[in-house]
Amino acid sequence: MELTLDEVRHVAALARLGLTDAEQELMRDQLSSILGHINALNELDTESIPPTASVAALQNVWRDDTVQSSLPREQVLMNAPRQNEGCFEVDTPLGGEESSS
Amino acid sequence: MEAGSATVIMVQFAIFARSLETGRGVEIDVTETIASTRFETVIGLEVHAQVLTKSKMYCSCSAEYASAEPNTHVCHVCMGLPGALPVINREAIELCVLTGLALDCTIAPFSKLDRKNYVYPDLPKGYQVSQYDLPLCQNGTLVFESNGEPVTAGITRVHIEEDTGRLLHRTASDGSDISLVDLNRSGVPLMEIVGEPDLRSPEHARDYLIALRQILRYIGASTGNMEEGAFRCDANVSLREAGSTEFGAKVEIKNMNSFRAVERALRYEVERQQGVLEAGGTIEQETRGWVDARGVTVGQRTKEAAHDYRYFPEPDLPPLALGADIVERIAARLPELPAARRARFVEAFGLGEPEAAILTGERETADYFESVCESAPAEGRSRLAANWILNDLFGLQRERGLPPDRMPVSADQLAGLLDMLEADQISARAAKELLAQLGPGETAIDKARSLNLLPLDDDDAIRTAALETIEAFPAAADDYRNGKKAAIGRLLGETIKRTGGRARPDAARAILEELLNSPS
Ligand SMILES: [Zn+2]
Repeated sequence: MELTLDEVRHVAALARLGLTDAEQELMRDQLSSILGHINALNELDTESIPPTASVAALQNVWRDDTVQSSLPREQVLMNAPRQNEGCFEVDTPLGGEESSS
Repeated sequence: MEAGSATVIMVQFAIFARSLETGRGVEIDVTETIASTRFETVIGLEVHAQVLTKSKMYCSCSAEYASAEPNTHVCHVCMGLPGALPVINREAIELCVLTGLALDCTIAPFSKLDRKNYVYPDLPKGYQVSQYDLPLCQNGTLVFESNGEPVTAGITRVHIEEDTGRLLHRTASDGSDISLVDLNRSGVPLMEIVGEPDLRSPEHARDYLIALRQILRYIGASTGNMEEGAFRCDANVSLREAGSTEFGAKVEIKNMNSFRAVERALRYEVERQQGVLEAGGTIEQETRGWVDARGVTVGQRTKEAAHDYRYFPEPDLPPLALGADIVERIAARLPELPAARRARFVEAFGLGEPEAAILTGERETADYFESVCESAPAEGRSRLAANWILNDLFGLQRERGLPPDRMPVSADQLAGLLDMLEADQISARAAKELLAQLGPGETAIDKARSLNLLPLDDDDAIRTAALETIEAFPAAADDYRNGKKAAIGRLLGETIKRTGGRARPDAARAILEELLNSPS
């Protein structure tokens, strides 16, 4: 399971990571090795096993719509490299608008 | 008309039902649509509506984000700290299913949540928990009216997801652009309602949205407030040769923040695409943003690879299996929907279509009207109640700056006032004054008494006023005695005036006649 450098660059771009050429090579090797490991699952005969999205035998795990207290703001922000007006401060992203959901 | 013939100009007089947005006053909007006979407009809408719950979608933080100080409704779950375990808000699921039921969708017996991955500062986890291939609701319809014609539009799906945080943009002291991240909105439940490309004009799109918003408000699933961002709409617009069954390249329009903006943006975009096609150009599939101040759509720089979301099943949330029993219980929450209620109001209360539409605009108003009518099912009550609500209460509501779903007096108070009118206990003019003065908790009858608005039932007092009048106008009295019966009009007016306007005309007339006819 060998990833191409293009695939590595694509994934890095999606994660907004800038990688040097050397890092791209390193990531290719490491990601390929991880994928190769997981790829071992393909060797199993799963013919008789129904596909599933969840391995826990649970369903409808939910809670009532009640409000509980949130974290104190100091704790929310305590690991923020930059904070401002009670908010996390970041460089304005490309385009500046809110992300679409 | 032949395909390819010259562009015709259609002038449309659209009644713009701003009522649902601002109150109710119906505004006439004279707009020009340049319609081409060569092309057919194809529009599909994608609506995001915040689900009206107290707490967030996957944690127990308060979902009330608008009024709170930044980052005060935030916990380890909704700020995406590693190891946090989300738990589904059952009410959000129920309201999403309720929406699906109101839109005639099939409710999935088995559904799951999926992670939609992308990187942006307002998304702390780096993914949004949404639904991919197994949404809660699918294959519905929305029937609405546009220019007096019923239109049926398909609903592709309704699924549940979560909102993102908010970014506040600032300029730093060194002049660079910075953004402040407020996560109060992060994790607020959101429904995505995807419509089929069944809309054929910007007016359709507007009326579809108005009808959808009204349904969401009726069933209590969302406030539908567009200005506050609780109801957001993106549109896919394309044109195709008339008669063609294939779709043209579609353009996605964003940033439309009011019903008016949706209509204007779509009208602009249809004309823009028409212009490009008629000049022999081609439409490129792209995302464009509506710039309200300039009245144009402009191409947006698309975030690279924005469509590579790498969805996968959310491992922290077990799937949902909504059996028939659960769905049935949710269905029991469905109220009578706006269209049905409107039709019933016409049928049961003898109202005209436009009146029924306005009275059922908000569920609270419709409940109010019915409650006032039920208190006295007598003939004429519904007519009287409708008139008073449409003319006087809405006027007072606007004057006092009340939201469209809040009436200036209670249904009991209005019923009391109408009881008095029907029993001829108060004049229409006095009743209007009474309405304006009626405070919370006061009954109409007590207030009328304390304001001296009730007719004078004291015959002695009327008799005194009548005697004074006869003395003051002896000529008129003589005229009457000599057979000029019309002369009593003058005396009657004066007598009523002397009682402060409170004497009932028939009572005053009887007393006057008695006095004038008796030998003096
Ligand atoms: Zn939280």
